[in-house]
Amino acid sequence: MNYVPKINRRSFVAGTAAVGGGLALGLDFLPSGPKVVRAADGSPEIGVWVVIRPDDVVVVRVARSEMGQGSLTGLAQLVAEELECDWSKVTTEYPTPGQSLARKRAWGDFSTGGSRGIRESHQYVREGGAAARMMLIQAAADMWKVPAAEVTAAKSVLTHAKSSRKTTYGKVAEAAAKLEVPKNVALKDPKDWKIAGKPLKRLDTAEKVNGKMIYGMDVKLPGMLNAAVKASPVHGGKVKSFDAAKVANMKGVVKVVQVADNAVAVIADTWWHAKSALDDLKIEWDPGEGGKVSSATIADILKEGLTAEKAFIGNQNGDIKAAIAGAAKKVEAVYAYPYQNHACMEPMNATVLWTPDKCEVWTGTQNGEAAFAATIAASGLPANKCDVHKIMLGGGFGRRGRADYVAQAVLIAKQMPGTPIKMIWSREEDMAQGSFHPITQCKMVGTFDDKNNLTGLHMRISGQSILAGIAPQRLNPDGSDGATFQGLNPNGETAFGYTVPNLLIDHAMRNTHVTPGFWRGVNVNHNAIYLETFMDELAAAAGQDPLEFRRKLMANHPKHLGVLNAVADRIGWKKPAPKGVYRGLSQMMAFGSYVAGAAEVSVTGNKIKIHRIVAATDPGHAVNPAQIERQVAGSFVYGLSALFYGECTVKNGAIEQTNFHDYNSLRIAEMPKVEAIVMPSGGFWGGVGEPTILVAAPAVLNAYAAATGKRVRSFPLKNHNLAMA
Amino acid sequence: MPRLNINGKNYDVDAEPEIPLLWAIRELVGLTGTKYGCGIAQCGACTVHVNGVATRSCSFPVSAAAGKNITTIEGLAPNGTLTKVQKAWLEHDVPQCGFCQSGMIMAVSALLKTKPKPTDADIDAAITNICRCGTFQQVRAAIHAAANA
Repeated sequence: MNYVPKINRRSFVAGTAAVGGGLALGLDFLPSGPKVVRAADGSPEIGVWVVIRPDDVVVVRVARSEMGQGSLTGLAQLVAEELECDWSKVTTEYPTPGQSLARKRAWGDFSTGGSRGIRESHQYVREGGAAARMMLIQAAADMWKVPAAEVTAAKSVLTHAKSSRKTTYGKVAEAAAKLEVPKNVALKDPKDWKIAGKPLKRLDTAEKVNGKMIYGMDVKLPGMLNAAVKASPVHGGKVKSFDAAKVANMKGVVKVVQVADNAVAVIADTWWHAKSALDDLKIEWDPGEGGKVSSATIADILKEGLTAEKAFIGNQNGDIKAAIAGAAKKVEAVYAYPYQNHACMEPMNATVLWTPDKCEVWTGTQNGEAAFAATIAASGLPANKCDVHKIMLGGGFGRRGRADYVAQAVLIAKQMPGTPIKMIWSREEDMAQGSFHPITQCKMVGTFDDKNNLTGLHMRISGQSILAGIAPQRLNPDGSDGATFQGLNPNGETAFGYTVPNLLIDHAMRNTHVTPGFWRGVNVNHNAIYLETFMDELAAAAGQDPLEFRRKLMANHPKHLGVLNAVADRIGWKKPAPKGVYRGLSQMMAFGSYVAGAAEVSVTGNKIKIHRIVAATDPGHAVNPAQIERQVAGSFVYGLSALFYGECTVKNGAIEQTNFHDYNSLRIAEMPKVEAIVMPSGGFWGGVGEPTILVAAPAVLNAYAAATGKRVRSFPLKNHNLAMA
Repeated sequence: MPRLNINGKNYDVDAEPEIPLLWAIRELVGLTGTKYGCGIAQCGACTVHVNGVATRSCSFPVSAAAGKNITTIEGLAPNGTLTKVQKAWLEHDVPQCGFCQSGMIMAVSALLKTKPKPTDADIDAAITNICRCGTFQQVRAAIHAAANA
């Protein structure tokens, strides 16, 4: 990433529009023909996705955000594949959302959530690479006065074999930039890939091992001051009063300001001084209605939803009422899943320079365009006077898809016109102001005939809707939240993997004042635990092997079955496990990919030792198998941290957990050995960042039940005095 | 005014004695490779070496650091020659988001000084840094690779 370090080098003092920008776009208007757009260093664009420097360095534009998941590298691989360039000379840069808007959204969607960074932009970024290659070939052909069809391109070298002439991309880039971008471009068959599909190393590692990578928290601007902020601990609450005079004279303090109606910030020379003063500042809050809410009151509301008459239907076939009425055997179980914080390693932050003429933001965001929209709204300035410069994210996991912290930083900076303000949330603020994994309960009912065939399944989810909380415009017209059925839908990118004669999956929406959010895996985390552990309960009730029980229901779902079979084979399901070791399975589909997991555990007292995990992913096309393996292994860290430790509780309306001492995360000593099976079957593009997390918890829970005969149905496991060995 | 020796260079910092070393390094000296993750010595993102000992600088006052040799991630590879640990990190493509990795690398570097060939159990006992991306599998492989380099 060559973009980020420019922040400190660029001529901020000159006050140009280019402050920290990746692309200072300049336009050459030629007497005739199209205009040449130039990057900050003067190198020409060959279409919007590619810049080629005279020294043959290829700069690939990436609109999606890098937060550790590897999409920056994967997207560059896709462009480079079609461009036929020398991978060793590829670098990347982020266009800004402001630049994109000014060019009619030239770079498409910036949103980097729902594991869609690659799967929803592979087509147009590959076309961008292919178009640039065609332009470079044409430019060489024009120079040599030969037909373009006689010129070949490979590793950034253009060759005319007939005349034995060669040139490089850097030498014809100027001429290529003046050509029209071709509209009809053919893409390679993935089986011919040489760069994409390969386990290449990431492009952003070097600066992550020497301390030079700049994250949002590390941004420095001349004359910058720092802000610490505290919002109402009860979401929806307001500031009643605060005693600014008490801290105004503390060392380094410059100003104490109210932010919107719900927060107070201290601005100081250093963040440490700002935070210290904020800690001493007495703030009176009006908690509002939310102040009366606790975990117990929320649990009661959710419990009522489990049997409520009305619910939104997500998936149904047959007649579940008849199946239940006529069942020879009925199995029931009730589950509960808590609020959880994303707890990105880097707490939320943003740096803002606001003047009456311009508002610029530097921040780590998963959605540059959402951050841009928040900036426009909070700054009071028109879009063409705002921009957002994306900085490397210290983790995202869904949290940085929201722009609440960006808006807050703009509102603070607006009260210090002309002074750049870096606002950083303390870890405690980050814990209090999360966008929490939604809280739900679930009642599962399964029915059998007298031959132990599964005849019916009713899955009633009761709980919070993420969309109702933070994106109500995306609710369906009837008020239902389609996302609550992720992993359970009849078809599509989050399809249910079983065929059950009588099926009903429905959702009783029960919202609270606690802000929900998209948390890695989103709604499938709890849906997968409910469904996949209950499948094991049903298998046990029928006296059947959990694998064989599933297989009978999966005949119509070959790709779901494919990954399940793969993990069963690899873990040796049909062979006995080592003495004292027990196994569990799970499978799911979400974010366009099929995933399955198998776990081997042993249990001693209240300690669960996870010996081995096998996890299979079929993402259709695997753009970088090495990075997929890392996402798979990392998903078990995130997913098992959630299973064993992750819970945010509510008291008097506020979240009780404040830091990692009471919101723990798995350490290296607890890390199980994860064997990833990456098995792309082709023909579709699935996501990778999230799907595997879905099978982490249920596979381990099923193995725990196999070991002990005990079913745990409320989470996290620490509440049952269970710990990782 | 405390004098801090960081990466072999002296800095006179305008810091109250109780300011955590982390914030003196980041805000007064201006080296931002050392990260803030929790402020209560839980996550290890702020790990630096104080006289060679891995130290969580968010909970270590400047007054205690004065006069000692402090090494941050920026000073780990003097003259730009990467250490064995950094090279292993590159070779194993360890970082994901990378925010915890400065602290992780500093903790591992200190471990290898006292235990040049750590066992898995040694690693489990000594490396307690939090990584939310979950790079532990690569971290472990890279530690062994660095130890054997």
